[in-house]
Amino acid sequence: MRYKYAFVIVVIIFCFFSNSPARAQGVEKFLKNSQISGNFQFDGMYYNKDSMIGAPDVPQKVLMNAFANINYTNGPFSAGFRFENYLYPLQGYDARYKGIGIPYRFVSFEKDKFTITVGNSYDQFGSGLVYRTWQDPSLGLDNSLDGLNVKVNPWKGITLKGIWGKQRFYFDWGPGIVRGADAEFSINDIFTKLNDKALRVSIGGSFVSKYQEVDDPIFKLPKNVAAYGGRASVSYKNFLFNGEYAHKINDPSTINNRIYKPGNATLIQLTYAKKGMGFYLAAIRTDNMSFKSDLNAEGNDLNINYIPSLAKQTTYSLPAIYTYGTQPNGEFGMQAQGIYTFKKKSKLGGKYGTNLSLTYSRYNAIDKKQIDENTPIDSTGTLGYKSDFFKIGKNAYYENFNFEFSKKFSKTFKLIVDYFYIQYNAAVIEGHAMPNIHSHTVVVDMTFNINDKNSIRSELQHMYTKQGEGSWAFALVEYTIAPKWFFSVSDMYNYGNDISEKRLHYYSVATAFAIGSTRIALNYGRQRAGILCVGGVCRYVPAANGLSLSISTSF
Amino acid sequence: MKSTISFAFIFLFCAILVFAQDQPLTNPVGLKKIPSVELKTLDNKTFNTADISNNGKPIIISFWATWCKPCVNELTTIADVYEDWQAETGVKLIAVSIDDSKTSRNVSPYVNGKNWDYEVYLDVNSDFKRGMNVNLIPHTFVLNGNNEIVWQHTSFSQGSELELINIVRKVAKGESLDAE
Repeated sequence: MRYKYAFVIVVIIFCFFSNSPARAQGVEKFLKNSQISGNFQFDGMYYNKDSMIGAPDVPQKVLMNAFANINYTNGPFSAGFRFENYLYPLQGYDARYKGIGIPYRFVSFEKDKFTITVGNSYDQFGSGLVYRTWQDPSLGLDNSLDGLNVKVNPWKGITLKGIWGKQRFYFDWGPGIVRGADAEFSINDIFTKLNDKALRVSIGGSFVSKYQEVDDPIFKLPKNVAAYGGRASVSYKNFLFNGEYAHKINDPSTINNRIYKPGNATLIQLTYAKKGMGFYLAAIRTDNMSFKSDLNAEGNDLNINYIPSLAKQTTYSLPAIYTYGTQPNGEFGMQAQGIYTFKKKSKLGGKYGTNLSLTYSRYNAIDKKQIDENTPIDSTGTLGYKSDFFKIGKNAYYENFNFEFSKKFSKTFKLIVDYFYIQYNAAVIEGHAMPNIHSHTVVVDMTFNINDKNSIRSELQHMYTKQGEGSWAFALVEYTIAPKWFFSVSDMYNYGNDISEKRLHYYSVATAFAIGSTRIALNYGRQRAGILCVGGVCRYVPAANGLSLSISTSF
Repeated sequence: MKSTISFAFIFLFCAILVFAQDQPLTNPVGLKKIPSVELKTLDNKTFNTADISNNGKPIIISFWATWCKPCVNELTTIADVYEDWQAETGVKLIAVSIDDSKTSRNVSPYVNGKNWDYEVYLDVNSDFKRGMNVNLIPHTFVLNGNNEIVWQHTSFSQGSELELINIVRKVAKGESLDAE
């Protein structure tokens, strides 16, 4: 410990010395370039008892999440930390967050062609199939790497990265060490001759390995687990193609039921975009590709990699009830989307233009066969299963068809109409016995401008389904006085529930005040779990009944 | 994680010492510059935020995502009047998408399909979002001709765009924003 105090003293002496008049000019320059910035967010909630909606009893009555980031920059030098406070964490966030601390701090500097960061860092290689560290406070997710992060651009068009450290695990570190490197080559930037060619190509490759001390009385568990991947991106005029492949060696873990099969993931995306129209086609196949820095970790804990979901994401309350969740042990997904604008002053465009979009996304299981007659699929301690890469599994996980019409009719009236068909395999996605959901939802979203400052927005939604909790109706009215005030009233009614006592109303009253970068919001009511967008912002809200207060600001 | 606390205290201590002097904290006007962060363009080129420029005219930076309704609403609303805004003030809007790799490739077809004329960049792992201290989106900044942040706002409601253009007008004329 002693060396730490010595370090503190050295730093303090340095700070004092830099105040001496002899160096006043230098100090002035130093201060001129000094910049301190940060942000703060507080979310607190008072919980009412509400056994009807299944809101758990909260012995503390009030819970809170809060954090503040403080960043300092001075030219090529930057440093920062995040103070976090959860006493106790809000419902829906992991209880292990309980506490106070500084789980994120870093110092970084740029010199010549190097950027060196010590402390916590967030980074990703390609799409993240082998490595992605990131943070989302509204999801309660932070897997930052504490250690080293070095980036170097030795030549125009070449980026090399190296990482070495341990991942954040609530207010501690995960047990494994993560080491990795990535290289990306933008061919057109490397060769000046190719700079202005219409055909642009970039390729990349990454390697990540984790080391964990493990001892198991039954199994011989690998201490080192490596994953590697390659990627290519090609663009030509209005087309862009992106392909990535990743492979992971045997990694028996809690998630995959301790099977020794290697894993892999393939992601292919193709887009066409031209003024007024855009098309997107994508497919992903993952096979046993959960990669964590602790083989015993579960859920979202200690993920080293990231599997992007191609399922359509919506923020409208009713279709958002059935949102797809990525299956770490294997899935085959695809998405196709087209979006088109009928121009202003055309027959179908009218005065302001008309926008249409169509999206179809689908997820299935991957094909799984027994390794031999006597071994059931996914048997612990075996190779688990055999899978034909090009064969799609029969079990359908999720399907979403969405059509959206959006048009401004006049200066005072705007209309969005959405239709969703969603098929949702609750048994797989939620992991409990429940029939497949087939639902049809219509959303009508209208905005009326009373005058320059005052406007009313209303959402009417209806979801028809015979399965699960049955049909729902939803209505919302928002009144805003731009740019500061916001008021809303909404109700979500589960009128089609088979059980008459469960035909409940999820009512909510909200108000918000925004000035500059500060926003204060109050909300009273019942909430279902899901992504909630009110008052102009989106965040994840867990099921609860009560009064909540949110304060967010940055400086 | 005790070492983290001591680490932070050193940092704080030094910061306080720097603060304690009667010198201006940042540049003379106290305005902040935007950090230098690498983003991707829609055609997969690398772009550094230090190179953001509008020849001395004001810039709007709007943080958004394809899945964020109020963000899309804000950008759609501004799209209708953007040509007029540009003609009047010379302003440029830079739309920074924080879509991560699950939707980032969808941004280009989305922006084109919506017929938006903005300069769009991808902040796939939220590096610029962190650098700009953005908590919630939509979050909109106005920069003056020296790339200094003169105004910012979180959230969008119909009519907010009028306040935004008023700020831009003042910045374009070089007027002070003290009254805001």
